Amino acid sequence: MTTQEALFKYTLRIGDNDLILGHRLAEWCSYGPTLEEDLALTNIALDLTGEAQALLQYAAEVEGKGRSADDLAYKRPERQFYNSIITELPKGDFGYSIVRQFLFDAYELPFFQMLTKSKDETLSAIAHKAVKEVKYHLRHSANWVIRLGDGTEESHNRVQKSLNDLWEYTGELFEMDEVDETVLKEGIGVDLTLVKAEWDETVNKVLAEATLTRPEDGWMQTGAKREGIHSEYLGYILTDMQYLPRAYPDAQW
Amino acid sequence: MEELDKLQQFQQKIDAEKKIEPKDWMPEDYRKHLIRQISQHAHSEVIGMQPEGNWITRAPSLRSKIILLAKIQDEAGHGLYLYSAAETLGISREEMINQLHTGKAKYSSIFNYPSLTWADIGAIGWLVDGAAIVNQVSLQRTSYGPYSRAMIKICMEESFHQRQGYEIMAKMAQGTPEQKEMAQDALNRWWWPSLMMFGPHDNESAHTGNAMKWKIKRETNDELRQKFIDKTVQQAEVIGLTIPDPDLKWNEERGHYDFGEIDWEEFWRVVNGNGPCNKKRLNHHKKVHEEGRWVREAAAAYAKKQKNKQIAA
Ligand SMILES: [Fe+2]
Ligand SMILES: [Fe+2]
Repeated sequence: MTTQEALFKYTLRIGDNDLILGHRLAEWCSYGPTLEEDLALTNIALDLTGEAQALLQYAAEVEGKGRSADDLAYKRPERQFYNSIITELPKGDFGYSIVRQFLFDAYELPFFQMLTKSKDETLSAIAHKAVKEVKYHLRHSANWVIRLGDGTEESHNRVQKSLNDLWEYTGELFEMDEVDETVLKEGIGVDLTLVKAEWDETVNKVLAEATLTRPEDGWMQTGAKREGIHSEYLGYILTDMQYLPRAYPDAQW
Repeated sequence: MEELDKLQQFQQKIDAEKKIEPKDWMPEDYRKHLIRQISQHAHSEVIGMQPEGNWITRAPSLRSKIILLAKIQDEAGHGLYLYSAAETLGISREEMINQLHTGKAKYSSIFNYPSLTWADIGAIGWLVDGAAIVNQVSLQRTSYGPYSRAMIKICMEESFHQRQGYEIMAKMAQGTPEQKEMAQDALNRWWWPSLMMFGPHDNESAHTGNAMKWKIKRETNDELRQKFIDKTVQQAEVIGLTIPDPDLKWNEERGHYDFGEIDWEEFWRVVNGNGPCNKKRLNHHKKVHEEGRWVREAAAAYAKKQKNKQIAA
């Protein structure tokens, strides 16, 4: 695997995570439990989609085949997406989306913080910008995990169940393969074992404050980030997302 | 007698173009009128998120998705400002939402029409936000301080929305034949409902009298409608779209466009609950409000626990 090939896939993985999770969050528009939350969730969706745009544009440049960020978002088939499965799971109730968001934010913040040190100037610049946004995302989701966990009996039970259901999808975020090893060796990528250590710390702290129980690690779902083997949900996301560009391939929007 | 003095002073203040502030004395009818109008305005911002939200997951490019997300977020923000402005008059947001759900409070009928194709997102921004701006620019001078200030803040964002909507329409109108067809179709469907946004003719509008005297409203429905038409016709021409009104014609003498008669039967039918989406919009809002109950209860319970801890500490 050349550095260029690794960098392309590496950048796609980060960008796809943001694109797909941003898409799921955007589904909250007009569905929020309060108007303030409606606004907050679409705001985070907006940040993530913006980050995805920058990352996919860079991925397209790295690939060097004349594709654009939009080509990558709107013309790639399911099996060429490399987001982790946790980002594509249906939005569920508010608690489920919040727990998912928290688990992801707690990963993405240290990830982008470390990526600011990348020797790749573009990735470093994107990471710098993203860190500011993701700090806010994590504060928002952590606060809600605490409020819901330590709120009413109903809210506690709901988010504990969401946490239990989502746990098996957290392992994939920290998997490292040849792609990661290659970019890590070049000083471009991030050591995910270090990200995992920070993630553990954040998760343990917030769950304790939320009076929630951290699930035991068991089997961890895998396959999407490495080789594009996804859950059944991704196909439906792409069906919506790619409908217009695929139905009218000659059109500019 | 005292009451009469107060009323006179109030009217003098209004006539002198001074703003009425929350703590000032105001006639009960003025308060009621404002609560009705501002809450209706707030609900419109919020219900309007539904037809636009309908296209977020299908926006055809990253840029257009980002713009649409940002726009809808602005509208939610407008809803928040306006609910706050109405709250200064002594009504809670929960009460306002309750009135929306019981049908006592209304929202703009325009959002009872469906957003069927991507061109509708262009048409909504261009026409619906465009019509809203005409109304809201006028309301920047409304006599109630918090409402006026909310309008000033909101108007800046609305003009962005209008431009972005127009840009979508322009792109499609100059795009492939299919895109052009979609754009024209969206204009055909949204044109008349947009004109209806200004409400009935002045002589048939129940609330115009006092509202003008108290300078809540600064221009009449028909004046505002004419302004909107005058500025929009040329915009359609520039991008090669046809306004679906055979009677539309420049009147040199009046310095305005003449236009055909609005279908008032349709207007009243939709206002009274029988538009294509009235039930869908309201049921959606009720359902979501109900689904969010446990979250709001949890937040309240958590806040209470924190407060008790603080007191104990
Ligand atoms: Fe608005
Ligand atoms: Fe707007």
